[in-house]
Amino acid sequence: MENLIALLVAAPLLGAAVLLCGGRRLDKAGHWLGTLLAGASFAVGLALFADMLGRDADDRLMTQHLFSWIPVEGFQADLAFHLDQLSMTFVLLISGVGTLIHMYSIGYMEHDERRRRFFGYLNLFLAAMLLLVLADNYLLLYVGWEGVGLASYLLIGFWQHKPSAATAAKKAFLVNRVGDMGLSIAIMLMFTTFGTFAFGPVLGAADETSEGRLTAIGLMLLLAACGKSAQVPLQSWLGDAMEGPTPVSALIHAATMVTAGVYLIVRSGAIFNGAPDAQLATVVVGAVTLLFGAIVGCAKDDIKKALAGSTMSQIGYMVLAAGLGPIGYVFAIMHLVTHGFFKAGLFLGAGSVMHGMNDEVDMRKYGALRKHMPVTFVTFGLGYLAIIGFPGLSGFFSKDKIIEAAFAKGGTEGWILGGAALLGAGITAFYMTRVMVLTFFGEKRWQPDADGHAPHPHESPRSMTVPMVLLAFGSVFAGGFFSIGDRFLGWLEPVTGYTHGHPPVSALTVTLATMVVLATGVAIAWAMYGRRPVPVTAPRGSLLTRAARRDLFQDDFNHVVLVRGGEHLTRSLVYVDHTLVDGVVNGTAASVGGLSGRLRKLQNGYARSYAVSMFGGTAILIAATLLMRAV
Amino acid sequence: MSFPLLTATAAVPAVGAILTAAVPAARRTAAKWLALLFSLATLALAAVVAVRFEPGGDRYQLTESHAWIKDFGVRYELGVDGIGVALIALTALLIPFVIGAGWHDADPLETHSSRWRPTQGFFALILMVEAMVIISFEATDVFLFYIFFEAMLIPMYFLIGGFGDRAHTGTDENAAAQRSYAAVKFLLYNLAGGLIMLAAVIGLYVVAGSFSLQEITAARAAGTLDIATNTERLLFLGFFFAFAVKAPLWPLHTWLPNAMGEATAPVAVLITAVVDKVGTFAMLRFCLGLFPEASKWATPVVLVLALISIVYGALLAVGQRDIKRLVAYASISHFGFIILGIFAMTSQGQSGATLYMVNHGLSTAALMLVAGFLISRRGSRLIADYGGVQKAAPVLAGTFLIGGLATLSLPGLAPFVSEFLVLVGTFARYPVAGIVATLGIVLAALYTLVLYQRTMTGPVKDESIRTMPDLKFRELLVVTPLIVFLIGLGVYPKPLTEIVNPAVEHTMSDVKQHDPEPEVEAAK
Repeated sequence: MENLIALLVAAPLLGAAVLLCGGRRLDKAGHWLGTLLAGASFAVGLALFADMLGRDADDRLMTQHLFSWIPVEGFQADLAFHLDQLSMTFVLLISGVGTLIHMYSIGYMEHDERRRRFFGYLNLFLAAMLLLVLADNYLLLYVGWEGVGLASYLLIGFWQHKPSAATAAKKAFLVNRVGDMGLSIAIMLMFTTFGTFAFGPVLGAADETSEGRLTAIGLMLLLAACGKSAQVPLQSWLGDAMEGPTPVSALIHAATMVTAGVYLIVRSGAIFNGAPDAQLATVVVGAVTLLFGAIVGCAKDDIKKALAGSTMSQIGYMVLAAGLGPIGYVFAIMHLVTHGFFKAGLFLGAGSVMHGMNDEVDMRKYGALRKHMPVTFVTFGLGYLAIIGFPGLSGFFSKDKIIEAAFAKGGTEGWILGGAALLGAGITAFYMTRVMVLTFFGEKRWQPDADGHAPHPHESPRSMTVPMVLLAFGSVFAGGFFSIGDRFLGWLEPVTGYTHGHPPVSALTVTLATMVVLATGVAIAWAMYGRRPVPVTAPRGSLLTRAARRDLFQDDFNHVVLVRGGEHLTRSLVYVDHTLVDGVVNGTAASVGGLSGRLRKLQNGYARSYAVSMFGGTAILIAATLLMRAV
Repeated sequence: MSFPLLTATAAVPAVGAILTAAVPAARRTAAKWLALLFSLATLALAAVVAVRFEPGGDRYQLTESHAWIKDFGVRYELGVDGIGVALIALTALLIPFVIGAGWHDADPLETHSSRWRPTQGFFALILMVEAMVIISFEATDVFLFYIFFEAMLIPMYFLIGGFGDRAHTGTDENAAAQRSYAAVKFLLYNLAGGLIMLAAVIGLYVVAGSFSLQEITAARAAGTLDIATNTERLLFLGFFFAFAVKAPLWPLHTWLPNAMGEATAPVAVLITAVVDKVGTFAMLRFCLGLFPEASKWATPVVLVLALISIVYGALLAVGQRDIKRLVAYASISHFGFIILGIFAMTSQGQSGATLYMVNHGLSTAALMLVAGFLISRRGSRLIADYGGVQKAAPVLAGTFLIGGLATLSLPGLAPFVSEFLVLVGTFARYPVAGIVATLGIVLAALYTLVLYQRTMTGPVKDESIRTMPDLKFRELLVVTPLIVFLIGLGVYPKPLTEIVNPAVEHTMSDVKQHDPEPEVEAAK
């Protein structure tokens, strides 16, 4: 059974290779091949899952060693896989949601002449993402980590002829590279501390080193997680990443890749457990991001960007939970899985709406779509109820647990974090209701597109609606299924560990408070957008609204400090290199041998003769020296 | 006496050079094929060297030794360790691609029929450079090494000055002047380095009474040869200066962008991927081997210069407007990594540096050769003259992207392995230097992706790009194997590390250094 692990990665990797190198011959069948191989990976995942369930809880780790990757004195990196309950959860999520999104893309990308290449990139993404969660050491994880970054780069920039898409792709890669610095340094620290960076020995020996070392490693891992998971301060790329085709936003920038940071933190739990300062930094990042993303999500009129803000915010919840330590690990992952269902569903719904509305993304130009797109409406609506945490649906269970765990942190910290999480739930209810109302309710505000075609909204084809229905199913039932009898807790606990928290108030109080906040958010949004007509052009808005629309000035900051500053720096360096460095080196040589004056002379034709004579001189010099010695 | 394999590996391209040069003027195509044939024969011999070399065997293998200038103790002494084998293999591998990519670079121009552009000369010079580079990697006699280290400047000089890039701005005279400036600058910089080294080589003989690398290293290790501290430092500086010019290390780097910008793309590859490697190779073999104490003494300064090279080269690459100069500055940044790995004096750092030399050769070749194909289509080296190329020539754009991703050391491709080894090896001994060097990974992404974005994406710039043909068969034949090697050595670098590791162990024992122990082990 264990030998099948490599197949999980190999199937989509093969797909990527065939589709990207295959040429136009494969244009007709490429999308089927891509989907089939994604499905094959899911099937292998299910088989392994069944096998794993048949074993005892402490005997579920499967490993596969392929070969020694970089054998250098004192340094050992292997191509080996590590499949435990945590990886298994991800494998099923990635390959399952991945297959659905492949299926959806068949319809969505039908009219794109580069559809084959699109499926090649999607397959490449799956392979890299599976490698990321299956690697048995941090260096191999790094390969997957960058692999998904590459796939994300290629897919955000899929429509490369649009300058905005090309810029967004580059930005995503660059910001992620800053995070990669963190991952590199973390691995180097592990190497100098433990002499290895394989999960087993590093995590097993974490308590043998000082807290300072663990804190340093933890903070570097957190930096990496911030890049990949779009957490403050490396969050700025996610909104722009919506330039990619919508299935990409659903798969990569909502359900799977952006949650890799959470995986990294939970996987490295043993390190964070021994480093309270790194944990504190993690919860602060999580809490700040969950509010930041939610605020940004409230102001966006672009449906995908509103959902992107929401993704940031929800991952903020997960990072917050992961930073809480063993109280929160399980719930971080549980929320990650339920979020994978409902957020992917919401994005596919948004794609379906855009499909029917001539690719319009401005929600102010939607309205009253529920009658025209019933399946989309119902599935999107269920996703909506799940994300705001409507009682009984997936998000209710997973988010509630995180809020509880935040309070259970104890002391002032607990109150602040719990309060932030609670407030975030209210804002989530507000912005999601806003999205829902603007899109499906109210008056028609449809506008003809640039070519003058009036939109004729229609339901999307079956290949698109079936995945939406399946994801809606998960959005509704997954949370309850996981929570009844603490199934999910029992499943993951052997890997992540678990301690009960003691919130200062009862769990019921937390739930009730959440409900009140939620209802308030919904009510305010309804009052603002449901009961009043919505103007097609956005009103100027308050200072906060304007700030939120500009992503709280993150890009302006980056532009002024990094882009402008960097341009000045490189320009002045080019000047310095040309005049100063070149000049000084030539000048020094000149004072020794009159080099620079000759260099100048050489530009008018004497060059060759001079050089040859100089070399000749050297040769004579050598010969003379030799002869002198010989004689 | 056994077959002199190492001599043959260097002699075959040298003979090829002479024969190619002798092909009659009218038979240009025959000359090209002849050159290619000889480069392939060299590759075959290099493969035999690699196979015959036993990683667990003696330090120097396949040795040859003959008296040459008896009175002066100069011997014709050859021998390879794993590092030499790897670099000979790289050189022999790259030259056929250089020849293939430059197939039409030296064809006579119809409009300039009077200009002196003999195709035969171009390919003969390339083979001559190959021969000299290979023998530099083989020589274990310091004087023998010195001679070829210097002599390769002559063919390089003519390749840069005589066969410039046809894509240039301004008048032909202006371009010729720039080319000539670049060639002379290349020559004078390297000659200046060489002269100082010559003084050190003679000095070494005076002190040690021998030119034999093996004898001197053995004597130094056994303690029978004691060199006064100050003398050793002076001699080290003499050698190091020459290698730092060649490598090149900041602030001695300014000849490289000129030379790479003005030369044709294949010659630029020859400079940075092959010839410059002699500099870093020689640091590892001669500086560390002959002057271990002085090397350690100089380490702090060298590390700082290497770090400056990494960051400075990358920042300047970001600021370039000319595609080829951009690649040149990127190379300066990469040479910083190589030198950092050598002087970190850890097993990982030095293995990484050696792998880096090989991988940088492959990645720069891929990027630069595709850039050359692009430039020859549009007739311009300026980034601003491009845009939207991927629409017209998707395969060209795709291979360019892979070359770029290799340049930014994407995990999964070969350069990642070496870059990470260098970083981790540096970090183990000098954490701050390791952290500063990781800045390079962000900056590398910046200059490659900006280059890709400006040239390949966006709306199609103009008519000449709309009608740009995609890669031709010959061009694909050049690029595809490079990409295969980049992926292959990224996933399975073991064949290379196996050859290199023992050599690195020897070097580590030369400088009497041990890897720092992991903290957890050290505590026990």
